[in-house]
Amino acid sequence: MTAIPATKKKTTLGSWINQENVAGYMFSMPFIVGFLMFMVIPMGLSLFYSFCKYDIQNPPVWIGLENYIKIFTKDPTFIKTLKVTCYYALIGTPLKVVFALIVALILNHETKAVPLYRATYYLPSIIGGSVAVAILWRRMFESTGTINALLGKIFPFLQSYNWFSEGPAIWVLIILTVWQFGSSMLIFLSALKQIPRELYEASHVDGANTNQQFWRVTLPLLTPTIFFNLVQQTINSFLAFTQCKLITNGDPRKSTLFYTVYQYQKAFPAVGKSQMGYASALAWIMLVIISVVTALLFWSKSKWVYDD
Amino acid sequence: MVGRNKTKELIYHLLVAFGAIVMVYPLLWMIFSSFEPTDMVLPTAAKLLPENWTLDNYIRGWKGFMGYTFGTFFANSFFIALTSTFGTLLSSSFVAFALQRLKFKLRGVLFVLVLSTMMLPAQILMIPQFMWYRHLNWVGTYFPMILPYFFAIQGFFVYLIMNFIGGIPKSLDEAAKIDGCSYYGIFFRIILPLIVPALITSAIFSFIWRWDDYLSALLYVNRANMRPVSLALQLFNDPSSGSDIGSTLAMSTLSIVPATIIFLIFQKSLVEGIASTGIKG
Repeated sequence: MTAIPATKKKTTLGSWINQENVAGYMFSMPFIVGFLMFMVIPMGLSLFYSFCKYDIQNPPVWIGLENYIKIFTKDPTFIKTLKVTCYYALIGTPLKVVFALIVALILNHETKAVPLYRATYYLPSIIGGSVAVAILWRRMFESTGTINALLGKIFPFLQSYNWFSEGPAIWVLIILTVWQFGSSMLIFLSALKQIPRELYEASHVDGANTNQQFWRVTLPLLTPTIFFNLVQQTINSFLAFTQCKLITNGDPRKSTLFYTVYQYQKAFPAVGKSQMGYASALAWIMLVIISVVTALLFWSKSKWVYDD
Repeated sequence: MVGRNKTKELIYHLLVAFGAIVMVYPLLWMIFSSFEPTDMVLPTAAKLLPENWTLDNYIRGWKGFMGYTFGTFFANSFFIALTSTFGTLLSSSFVAFALQRLKFKLRGVLFVLVLSTMMLPAQILMIPQFMWYRHLNWVGTYFPMILPYFFAIQGFFVYLIMNFIGGIPKSLDEAAKIDGCSYYGIFFRIILPLIVPALITSAIFSFIWRWDDYLSALLYVNRANMRPVSLALQLFNDPSSGSDIGSTLAMSTLSIVPATIIFLIFQKSLVEGIASTGIKG
């Protein structure tokens, strides 16, 4: 038994709740509850359903690994959709990041008009995710649309080019994502502003020209930012949904069928029964893929990202 | 020498301005075409400015479809975007305060989990959440589109606000503590008023993202009178709704007005918000 000093305050509810430890949990409570309610439980539930045959109407039937086996061995659409998604992510993301970097370098310039330019180049990123832009994009690339009307003036053979045929359709979506390079550009711009001026002055004294300065000073110092943008945009493109669903819906012949849209079609097919179990398995596979890709990017980080 | 610099400047501005026009050309085309008679939109697709200006597309489009005007859809979108944004700001600033300022056992773990939510976006959670909300009988209600946002589930906002709180001198908290202020008092009286700029940035992003949210409307809204603009627009664009290209472009233009206005007013805080979350990422 330890003697309790007479002077120690009684633990009232008020003083208990005001301990730093308790207050920490109190303030974090929304996230703790939300994380369990809206992430852990749904993901757990879907892990269970991914081992089931489940069409929503009838109760789920446990079938073990059957969904996964079918996905990997008997589902050509799964392979196709992975290829399409990778193509989109591996071409669209670097293009977008390079574009963002080039424009940021150009706009990293001291004139009064720069804020206006910056805002204009950023605007498409702000509204690019909307249904309105998806509709607009579809209309613009239609064979009688603006793109052909404009291009046709310069290249007459393009007047009735079919953008939504098998080869170019994916490019309609790639162009749309590259068009939204604005937020990456802003991140580059602020990183450029943080490069100490002395580095340029010192390298100038050492006789480096602008070209050398870019490759030896600017680019190495930007690698953490390039890395950040690559990770963010790669994840985004692996998960693109709305624009694909609305502009091509995977057509023609599944040549633009993104993974997320395929998953949606399995869960909510236009005709036939829902395959929620199968779609759950697809969701889990996607989570693993995203984690692996992110891990790979982070693993590659030590090879090329400058860090002091 | 001066002359050569001036020419260089001029070429620079011409190029950058040209690029800017190319960037916004699609939007300009949509806006101007929406004021053009609908049967003239495609024949004059190569031209930007209409020959005859008209408001017909707006009048026809506003009537909507299936007995509901776009007024209903806009009201729905505003309701959803405003309530969920309010929830996001409130809950994210609580959590950000805890993770940035308070010491407690699970803080490190929670921080990692908050970051991990950024890798668990809506598209991965689409099917899992749908099944869970179906258990909860939330399908067909606005709950899935509003309630989760009251629980700080978007790590992006927690992180953004955390960074901002990190910039507030800790001596302010300590002074208040010595004066007998509780942690709750510190949050409401000291931190909250000081993080208003971060809240504004968050509010803008949250509002625009919720406004544009098409996926959850597609999954959870099944009554015509509950449709937000995003879903209504997609259905309106469908030829079977009896719409034409003119009225579709008119309603599309209207649907981007809120985001564009917010962008024009708060351009500066948006740019800073993007920059500040980016650098430390």
